[in-house]
Amino acid sequence: MTFQFDSFASFMVMNGHGPFVWAAYGITFAVLVYLLVSPLLQRRQFLRQQARQQRAANRNV
Amino acid sequence: MAWQWFHRLGSPRWFYEKTQAWLPWLTVVTLTLLIVGTVWGLAFAPVDAKQGNSYRIIYIHVPAAFLALAGYYIMAISGAVGLIWKMKLPYMVMKSAAPIGAALTFISLVTGSIWGKPTWGTWWEWDARITSMLILFFLYLGIMALQQAFHSRDTGDKAGAILALVGTVNIPIIYKSVDWWYTLHQPASIKFVGESTIHASMLYPLLAMVIAFYCFYALVLLLYTRAEILRRESRTQWVSDLVAQQVSSDNKDIPVKGGSTI
Repeated sequence: MTFQFDSFASFMVMNGHGPFVWAAYGITFAVLVYLLVSPLLQRRQFLRQQARQQRAANRNV
Repeated sequence: MAWQWFHRLGSPRWFYEKTQAWLPWLTVVTLTLLIVGTVWGLAFAPVDAKQGNSYRIIYIHVPAAFLALAGYYIMAISGAVGLIWKMKLPYMVMKSAAPIGAALTFISLVTGSIWGKPTWGTWWEWDARITSMLILFFLYLGIMALQQAFHSRDTGDKAGAILALVGTVNIPIIYKSVDWWYTLHQPASIKFVGESTIHASMLYPLLAMVIAFYCFYALVLLLYTRAEILRRESRTQWVSDLVAQQVSSDNKDIPVKGGSTI
């Protein structure tokens, strides 16, 4: 298995196809990161909100 | 007795607690495969004789399209299980699968469009494969909207499940579209029966990315479903215990924050 390009610069340019390839990969990984982070944030927000409610309920007892 | 596992599997609490241990493993496997597959596909797979380097988009385009379709089946089947056995958990899985499927369909449409420009000379073509894929995207969005459209969550779940089942008609159309209609879209390169029309040096990184996307899908579906379980079970004792536990561990970790009432 060999590196298919002469240099890092030619890897970026990819014989003119670079902008297409990098745009496709960039958009994809942005969406994947969003999919990964979004449920984690939802969970954290839920736990915070519930904890606040529990503390409020405890104070009122 | 034989059905005990099925009912246990249907318990949100059991599912939440059981999947906790899977998450770290799944994360490690997914990230490793994604990194290996991406580097392999971008830098080490040979250049395509006809399409040059633009073909490298295949390493994200095809796995995303695979999962967009497989994810639809997962959503429709969980909807059906929810409707038939009136269980809570399948509806939570169904609700979680919709945004993930929509995002993957979006990825496959956008990367396909970007790939189309250098190879076909056009960003968009109303051919059978692309149009049926666009319908899939709208189905996902429609199911998400329908679930939100009712005051009662039960009604929203049922309506979403019915639309998901009706929409399965579209899936074989997508699969077969490249064979049924004369189209710009190339026919399938990977075949389960018979020899693939793609060379091994290009096929292996593609398979690595397909497996990576499957693992990623499983991981994200678990995360979304776990968040949904907490929301829907927020009034149960086990969830309030979990919250209380979280609060006390937070207080231990960050003493400054412990005293405040935020």
